[in-house]
Order: sequence, then C-alpha cells, then structure tokens
Amino acid sequence: MPRRATEDSLATRLIVSIASIGFIVLFLLMPLITVFSQALAQGFDAALTALEEPDAWYAIKLTLFTAAIAVPLNAVFGIAASWAIAKFDFWGKGFLVTLIDLPFSVSPVISGLVYVLIFGMAGWFGPWLRDHDIKIIFALPGIVLATMFVTFPFVARELIPLMEDQGREEEEAAVSLGASGFSTFWRVTLPNIKWGLLYGVLLCNARAMGEFGAVSVVSGHIRGQTDTMPLQVEVLYNDYQFVGAFAVASVLALLALVTLTLKSFLEWRYADEIAATHRH
Amino acid sequence: MSLIVDKVTKRFDRFAALNDVSFTAPKGAFVALLGPSGSGKTTLLRILGGLEFADTGRVSYENEDWLAKPARDRRAGFVFQHYALFRHMTVEKNIAFGLEVRPRKIRPGRAEIARRVKELLSLVQLDDLGRRYPSQLSGGQRQRVALARALAIEPRMLLLDEPFGALDAKVRKDLRHWLRSLHERLGLMTIFVTHDQEEALELADLVAVMNQGRIEQIAPPQELRDKPATPFVADFLGQGGEREAAVIPLRPRGR
Amino acid sequence: MTAAAFPPRMPFVTARWRKSSALPGFNLTLGFTLFYLSAVILIPLAALAIKPWSLGAGGVWNVITQPRVVHALELSFGGSAIGAAINIVFGLAVAWTLVRYDFPGKRLIDAFVDLPFALPTAVAGIALSTLYAPNGWLGAPLAALGIKAAYAPLGVIIALTFIGLPFVVRTLQPVLTDLGREAEEASATLGATRLQTFRRVVLPALLPALMTGGTLAFARAVGEYGSVIFIAGNLPMKSEIAPLLIVIKLEEFDYAGAAAIGLTMLVASFFILLVLNLIQRVLLARR
Repeated sequence: MPRRATEDSLATRLIVSIASIGFIVLFLLMPLITVFSQALAQGFDAALTALEEPDAWYAIKLTLFTAAIAVPLNAVFGIAASWAIAKFDFWGKGFLVTLIDLPFSVSPVISGLVYVLIFGMAGWFGPWLRDHDIKIIFALPGIVLATMFVTFPFVARELIPLMEDQGREEEEAAVSLGASGFSTFWRVTLPNIKWGLLYGVLLCNARAMGEFGAVSVVSGHIRGQTDTMPLQVEVLYNDYQFVGAFAVASVLALLALVTLTLKSFLEWRYADEIAATHRH
Repeated sequence: MSLIVDKVTKRFDRFAALNDVSFTAPKGAFVALLGPSGSGKTTLLRILGGLEFADTGRVSYENEDWLAKPARDRRAGFVFQHYALFRHMTVEKNIAFGLEVRPRKIRPGRAEIARRVKELLSLVQLDDLGRRYPSQLSGGQRQRVALARALAIEPRMLLLDEPFGALDAKVRKDLRHWLRSLHERLGLMTIFVTHDQEEALELADLVAVMNQGRIEQIAPPQELRDKPATPFVADFLGQGGEREAAVIPLRPRGR
Repeated sequence: MTAAAFPPRMPFVTARWRKSSALPGFNLTLGFTLFYLSAVILIPLAALAIKPWSLGAGGVWNVITQPRVVHALELSFGGSAIGAAINIVFGLAVAWTLVRYDFPGKRLIDAFVDLPFALPTAVAGIALSTLYAPNGWLGAPLAALGIKAAYAPLGVIIALTFIGLPFVVRTLQPVLTDLGREAEEASATLGATRLQTFRRVVLPALLPALMTGGTLAFARAVGEYGSVIFIAGNLPMKSEIAPLLIVIKLEEFDYAGAAAIGLTMLVASFFILLVLNLIQRVLLARR
C-alpha cells in the first residue's frame, strides 16, 4: 500500500529523527548526565558530605532567600502591569510592553553591571552608601536587585497575553453588579489567571535560582556571605573540588528537572489557561 | 417621566457614536433601542449602565443625576450580549455575586443569599442547575443565568444588550415571550438593544429607532408602523408601503 | 423635574491619551508599573548609557577599538551567529520530528528540549567543560581526531549552540502545527516529490519562523556568560568573550571601560535585531 502523500519515506524519517534525537542526546542529555555522574564519582556519601559543607549550605539558603524576595516582587509587578495593559486602552501601550521585555535582550553580565554603576564604590551613590555604611554591591541587596532585573519580565509576559485574551467583560459585569476594584480582581480576575500566574512564577523562580552572570558581577564572591548556589559551583570548580562543584550543580539540575516537569504538566493540563503563545 | 436622557453625545476619536440623543420613558416601561450595527444603540445602553462615559449631556433617572454615579452604585442590572458569566464560578455563585460583594453592613447573611439564589433559579426555570458551571450550559440557559444574576441585586433598571442575538430562532422566540411575562410580573424599567425589528415591535412599549448615533423616532410600536417619521424608519421597519411601490422592471431579455 | 435641574455634564475630562473606562485601578496599576519599571530597569540602564561618556567620545572609541575588545566582540557575535545557524538546521529537524512523527517517549523529549532554558548556566558551563575537556567523554575522541574543543573557540560555539536550541524549536513548533497538510497534499497531487514539496512549499512557509527563532537564539547567545566561560579557556585574543571582558574591567575598577563595552554590545545587538526584523518584514511582504 503506497504511503500517504504527506508522509515522509522511511529513509527520510529515520535520518531526520536520528539526526534530531542524536543532536538532543549529544547536546542536551550528555551534559546533564555528566553533572550527575561527576557528582557521584566518589560515591553518594561523598556528594552528600560536600553539600553539608557550611559554605555550600549557606549558598543554598542565600539562593532560596534571594528567590523568595525577587520572585514575589516581580509577580506583583506582573499582575499590576498586565491589569493596566489588558483592561485599559492608552497611548504608548505597545511601547510599554517593549520596555518590559527589555531585560530579555540584555546580557546577564550587563544586568549586574548596571547596578554596580549605580551602587558600586565608584558609582552614582557609591560615596553616599559608604558614608552611611550601607552595602548593596557585594551584599545581599545587590544580589536581589540583579536577580530582579534578570527575571523581571517573566510573570508579565505570561499574564499580558492571557488577560488580553480573556477580555474585560467579566470585570465589567462584576462592576455593574456592585463590586469594588479589589473585589473584582480577587473574585473574578484572579481565578481566571491563576494557572498562567503559576506558570509565570515557576519560570521566574527557575531563572532566579539559577542566575549566574548578573549575580556574579554584583556579589564579590565572598564565600559564606555572598555566594549563591551557582556562584558556589564556580568557586568549587575553579578550586578543582569537582565533587563538591558537581554536587551543588546536581541540586540545581534537579531543580531544573522539577521545573521542566511542572512546566510540561501545566502546559498539558491547562493549555487554555496559560498564555496563548509560549515565548522564551 | 422616570428616565430622561438629554442631549447625550459620545465620540470615539472623531467618530460620533452618539450625536445629541434625547428621549424620555415612563416608570416601568419596556423600551427597545432598535437599529442597524453602528447606530449607537449599544453605546447608549452602556452609558446608561455606567460602562461608558458620555462626552456631553445629562441623564436623570427617578430624579437622580444618573451619570454622576459610578457603575458600581447605580444598581443597573446589565445583561451582556455574550453573557459574561464568571467562568470559574457555578451558576449559584454567579447569581449570588452581586449580593456577596455588598459592603458588610448591607450584605445579607449566607442563608438569606442562598434563599434568594434559589428563588431566582426558580424564576428563570433553572432550578436544578445551580451547581453547574457556565461551560456546561446551553446558550439559552446561560442567558437566563445572566438575567438571574442581574436581577439578584434588585436592580432599578434592567439593561439587556442584544440578549437573544447569539441564540437560535426557536430558543429566541421562547425567551422573548418569557422575558415579556417577566417584565409584566416585575414592572421593572427594561431597556434592551436589538437589531431585530420584529423582536422590538413585539416586546416593547416604546421603540427608539436609531441610526448613525441619532434617534430617528421613538414611539409605541403601533405608531411606528402607522406613522413612520422618517424614510429611514419606514425602510427599517420593512414597510416601504406608505411610499408608492416603485416597480423596477427587470432587464428586458436579450440585452 | 427635568434633567435640566442637574448641572450640565462637562465634556468628560480625560486626558486625550487614554480612553476612559468603567473598570477601576488604572492609576494605581499603571503608576506602580511605571515606577517599578523605572526603578529596576530604566534608571540602571540609563546609568549604562551615561557612564562611558565620562571618557569622552574619543575615549570610548579607544576602548572599543582595542584589539582585545574587538576580538572579544567578534567572538561573541560571530560565535552566536554560528550557533544560531546550527540551531536553525537542527532545530528544524527536531521540530519536524516532534510535530510530524510519532514514537514512544515523544512527550518526554519534547519537554526535555527546554533544558537549556531551565538549567542554570553555571551548571551547563561546568558540565560542558568537563564533557569536552581533553579527557572528557566527548573531548577525548575529538582530541584523537586532532580537534580541540575545550579551551578553544570551538568550545565557545558548542556552548552557544547549547543555549539557543529551545528558541528555534519552540518558535517552529506552533508554526509547523498550524501549517497543516493541505499545501503539501496539493503539492503531492501535482506530482512533486517529498523533497521538492519540502523545498518549495514547506520551507518558504517556515522561513519567517526560522528567522525569528534564529534571531532569538542569536540574541540570547550574544550575552551568554555562565555556560561559556568554563569551556572557553578565556585566553585573551583567542577564546575570550565580550561579557567576560566586562567582568575583567570591573575587577580592575575600570567602570567606564566596562560600561563602554556593555553599551557597545547593547547597541550592536539592537541594530542587528532591527536589521533582522526588517529582513523578516520584507520576506513576509513579498508573499
């Protein structure tokens, strides 16, 4: 029986699929496997011990703490921005959306650089900060700021198309029935966007915890003080402590895999209720 | 006169959606805003509901400066063309919404709200569908939920935007009769927008024929039929009978 | 009592720039949005735009024309372009496989494509570095062939390819899905072979998406830091990328120099993206 007109020949199918799967295995899977195998190179216990080192442990806490501040702030921003953009018409809307997308086109290193230029020793506020003994660069606030910059658009980018898609009628109905602004948002809008919000927060968090370049620039690499997990990975690797480096890297890799799983799950289950277009 | 609309104008950029519109309606009237698309009828309805703002003009309802009140405070029950039901809430929750968002002081208790919802479900003949979600209902059922939801707040006027537009002919006819009997029962001032002249003439006490942002004529249905004030009204009501029927010969064969 | 008893409605006082709305919260949300955007993004970027000029225009020119800087910029932009090109080819293959073919585990692979997007760059960096090192699983066979991957420009390209893959695949997938079979069926009924159909019917339809995906991959790769610096070796004039040069200048407290390079990168990226967008617009217009 001849094959369907739009079906590729067996040869084609084999070549294309082997090429693509081969490419994925080579470029994606092997590095991932490397992370875990290097971490376990000296056995599971060695890896565990490396993670219990005070510096590693501190890095984990710092990473979590940074994300715990940056992600909610960017989420609130995302909600506010998408409400303003989706529920109202005003001049300059398109421009605003472009500005919100800006951090995506900026190198992480530059994202950190800009804060050094403002708060660093030779920066705009440098002398003032030093006089008041406030540390931003080479301290937690700087790390949080740089992380905020890098993860800035994630939630907004998910919510804006979603809320635009959902329209304004339900909110108008709520207002006509006597609801206040907050009531309308809380009872009508939020339930409609909850999966999109979760999706955006998920991506935002993954990036926040994994950010390296921007944080590297502002942190000063002070072990036990300003090293997040990604930075700790670098420090250990440069010190030739490979097991330690890959052990911490494994934790991050596991986080990435969990993120991917949740992401797929949300996309599969709630396709209609997360952003219509998935842009990276 | 309960409702007085006086020289209302609304522009969108340079386009005048409503141009110096004025009319009055007595208490409890059933008014139809009839016209083709773009005539401004929906805009006028939305202004009455507080969802749009007039550029100039005044509206008085029951001796109140209607346009000075925000939508929230007007208690004008609005039924949207596409129902605008809250998709994540059950039918019961949809209907109860207007009661649940009332400020604590005037909010009825939970039992009271439940009772009223039940009453309204009966009124719109959807007694057993309280727990369903809008997506599980037919168009006609959704329409009735939207109506019940608007009625729950004990509105001072009922505003309906092409209420039967999205429904098929049979359902439309049934709902029409039902809406009229509901109006008779409740005696509530009802203003509805339609492009279907049969519907308007059948249901309303007063029909305002609109065209390009102006009211061409507002009168009871019979008067519109007997004495159309302008050629547009005559045309739109499908008469053309008061004018000399112009016989347009078909093209002679062979040409 | 007539309506005349009420004060005449003023022509509704709204600024022309905004269409008035019955929904609440505009001032609050827009105000907060603009404030937050300015504080976190715009003002810091302004600092970047201003700082280099403390060297004067001539000074900026001197900085960015230093051979080391020029090379770093060439490597970052050039390597990203090559990586994007590789991703366009293989990304198309991957997207084709995922959309048109069916096989067990497809969902898994589909989810896996996003790995470079979800994986922290430092993790990718050390993994790639170890993998392609002369004694690594992939580095060793390559070394046997006389190819130096790690600590060489090739390593940079490998890392930049890794980082860009999801952009091409994710941009192509919806387009391929939407394409449907009809055009191909028509082509087949007219006597074309699969290859001809692909070249003449499918590929042109995919061209905009390929360009978009490639552009996104390119833009991401240009600024990439963490995945590259471990495998690169970072030898000045050989395998040193521009972001690293910025970091080095910062460590030397040469803020203005760092800012000069950063600003150059941003401006160059902006222009390249503009050009690519225009090309895309022209391509679309011709259809």
